[in-house]
Amino acid sequence: MNGQAVEFPKQALLTRLALSDSGFVFDPVTGNSFTVNTSGLSILRLLQKTEDWTDIIATLQAEFEVSYSVAERDVLEFATALRSAFK
Amino acid sequence: MSRVITVAITGMNALPESPGPGLAVARCLREQYGDRVRIIGLGYDALDPGLYLSEFCDASHLIAYPLHGSEVLLERLSLIHQADPIDVLIPCLDAELPLMVLLAPRLSAIGIRTFLPTAEQLTRRAKDQLPELCELAEVHCPELRALTHPNFFHTCHNEGWHYPMVVKGVFYDAKVVYNAEEATTAFYKVAAEWGLPVLAQRFVAGEEYNLTAVGDGAGKLLGEVMMKKRALTSKGKAWAGISTLDENLSAAAGRLVAALNWRGPLEVEVMRDAQGEYHLIEINPRFPAWIYLSQGVGRNLPALLLELALGHPVHEFPTSVAGTFFVRYALETIVPLSTFEHLMMAGTLDFNK
Amino acid sequence: MKQTWVKPFLTAHRMGGMNKFGAVRAQNHQSDIDGVEIAPLLEKYGSPLFIVSEKTLRDNVRRLRRAFATRWPKVRHGWSYKTNYLAAICNVLHQEGSWAEVVSEFEYRKARANGVPGSRIIFNGPWKPNDILELAAQEGATIHLDHLDELYALEQVACKLGKQVPVGIRLNFDTGYTDSWSRFGFNLESGAAKDAVQRIAASPWLKLTGLHSHIGTFVLDVRAYSAQIRIMTDFMEQVERDTGCVIEYLDIGGGFASRNALQGMYLPPDQIVPSFEQYAEAICGTLMEATKGRAAAGKPLPTLILETGRAVVDDAEILVTTVVGGKRLPDGRRAAILDAGINLLFTAFWYNHEVKPLRPLNGIAEETVLYGPLCMNIDVVRASIMLPPLNVGESLVIRPVGAYNNTQWMQFIQRRPAVVMVTQNGEVSVIRASEQLEDVSGLEQVPLALQQPFPQGIPA
Repeated sequence: MNGQAVEFPKQALLTRLALSDSGFVFDPVTGNSFTVNTSGLSILRLLQKTEDWTDIIATLQAEFEVSYSVAERDVLEFATALRSAFK
Repeated sequence: MSRVITVAITGMNALPESPGPGLAVARCLREQYGDRVRIIGLGYDALDPGLYLSEFCDASHLIAYPLHGSEVLLERLSLIHQADPIDVLIPCLDAELPLMVLLAPRLSAIGIRTFLPTAEQLTRRAKDQLPELCELAEVHCPELRALTHPNFFHTCHNEGWHYPMVVKGVFYDAKVVYNAEEATTAFYKVAAEWGLPVLAQRFVAGEEYNLTAVGDGAGKLLGEVMMKKRALTSKGKAWAGISTLDENLSAAAGRLVAALNWRGPLEVEVMRDAQGEYHLIEINPRFPAWIYLSQGVGRNLPALLLELALGHPVHEFPTSVAGTFFVRYALETIVPLSTFEHLMMAGTLDFNK
Repeated sequence: MKQTWVKPFLTAHRMGGMNKFGAVRAQNHQSDIDGVEIAPLLEKYGSPLFIVSEKTLRDNVRRLRRAFATRWPKVRHGWSYKTNYLAAICNVLHQEGSWAEVVSEFEYRKARANGVPGSRIIFNGPWKPNDILELAAQEGATIHLDHLDELYALEQVACKLGKQVPVGIRLNFDTGYTDSWSRFGFNLESGAAKDAVQRIAASPWLKLTGLHSHIGTFVLDVRAYSAQIRIMTDFMEQVERDTGCVIEYLDIGGGFASRNALQGMYLPPDQIVPSFEQYAEAICGTLMEATKGRAAAGKPLPTLILETGRAVVDDAEILVTTVVGGKRLPDGRRAAILDAGINLLFTAFWYNHEVKPLRPLNGIAEETVLYGPLCMNIDVVRASIMLPPLNVGESLVIRPVGAYNNTQWMQFIQRRPAVVMVTQNGEVSVIRASEQLEDVSGLEQVPLALQQPFPQGIPA
């Protein structure tokens, strides 16, 4: 799997989000707010810096006790949630 | 009261169209006791407006929905109680009453006092049991029929029932219907939401009056305040109202409270017909949203309830006053996003910190 | 130290749903049943797995019996076979003194095969074929007539046997609290019941000794039973006066609710489901009041027969299932696919069963749909439940499932799993083995010309 195959929301769209340690996410453009869990917050923070798939998975593996395939599967699914939440 | 008493109050959903009573109860207590009472607002949604009003609440918490059962709620209340000990809990919503009554002994065991009716008292004032109660209390009550099938609406004229009549759910919902077709539609709608039986009630033409008071649990009605709605929201709630005074109404309410041995707050809804007779429509087991009027007429009922819950001797109220007028209004409060975030994420706000 | 991985999730804040403290306790799990760990049972017997608690079953029926026996002198419990007719379950209840209440030829024979004598069988139902009706009459079963054709059939049987057969009739009427099930038995308001009574009185072969009715299912208002008792005792007095018969028993059927959440029910079960004591108080109180003149009139107090099924067995059984897959639905909800679906859990059509993980789960609860394993759109175990993220291999306990699932389950797409019982001594017994392919296809026969390999080969 390479990064190009996964479509995340545009980086500009993700960098505008206000991310709080509590898991509270605020989108200043739409006015919507969200709750995100610890792993989701890590992914959002990563995505604000990089779109490189290998980087993302590797960083998550360094941070969390998780296998490559589980992390890949869950991030793939998370991408769907992000696409519908941030437009 | 010598020390600061902590009171937890539910029903902080002070929405303009159909407000919960909690905020008005908190306001009554704040005006009576000032800083000698610490008020904890309990809500079911981070958007319940009362939870953000630091002039009435010292702290706010989200609690578990009644539909998740007593254990979940008890666990949440215990957790709040550990961090911020509660002396008295005043539940203000119909839907939570059966649950709170069930939990009352266990709440009392951990030091949270309540002043609530028994499960039996609560059942005896249920809509479908009102005729039996009214017979005992010698209060008029529109005839009621429990239905499991809408056939009744087509044959009811044979039994002397005429349109319009009222189709009601056992818990909530009431619709005035003018013919069998409307009645049948209402039957299925109510049955789908609240289950069987569906209640048919004879329509009483007249004007609606409301009375609120506290039952002392020994058959006595305390501090009755009567009110006539003068303007309604689109949900039929009072937008403006005026205090009234009628010994016949307070006597009728007194007989109901005596028949039930009612313990705790209540709201009695009646229709007054052209002959001036009162017909009981329902009894709500809590304070109404317009309870601030009780403070307006010099009979602060939430304060009375608090004294009763604490086991203090209660004093006689001055005579109630007719003609005290109220208008309800909506206004905005500014909430820092971090405050919303905190309530949302941690389920808790403490305005004193 | 690395953090524990929990599936990432993001949820939008919407009006009316902003309370994550509203729903779930993360520690709310069930890892054992009567002290026996569930996880090793799954390893041994496979997932899904039904587990019965013998202790709960016995406790329930004893509580039922006590509630009624302390309030009425003559009480009999008929175990409703259709609720759960696994032989081990039936025999626990028979050991506790319950009779068998059956509604078909199959159930009658099943009760006999369990060792129940005909004289301890209550035979209900709208179809009792002639041969079994004859056997039941011969063996002295308590027979309840459902319709006129059955009345005539039983008269023929009695005539053939050359003996007078005692008989009860099933009644239906409007209590004002429940939907009247007018399809079963003889209607009271229309006079059909009275006609049937007169016809029995006129027969030399039949003798009316009992009245039966069943007012509905999951009846939450105990006043419905008071109304039922008043109507039945009035009718009892009337038929005794009119025909000179003596009614020896009143069978009030079942219908007591279990601690399960009906879909669309407004309040949770712990707030509205009456206890056995509350049912008993309403029933026996009214019965006492309605029969107080009988002793003076020299008539016996009727035996009270209960056919309580659901409320006795429902919470004595759980279904343990395992997550086999998960997905995020386009509308944002989480979905989990389980190895047990409506093929095993017919009651999922009307209950919102309680679902607890086998061990405490990490993560915030969010709205989840639980799907079964069938390739059928209707296979939904819970349409909406708040649960933490579920990984493949995570097991869940679904409860209560003791009523109607082991009888209404389907061999459809999947084989049916094992049912085990945790006995009073803490031992685990298989009470129904898991089905094998041969159990399902063993009854099939394939004509020679359709057996593979086909003599003419397979078209390319």
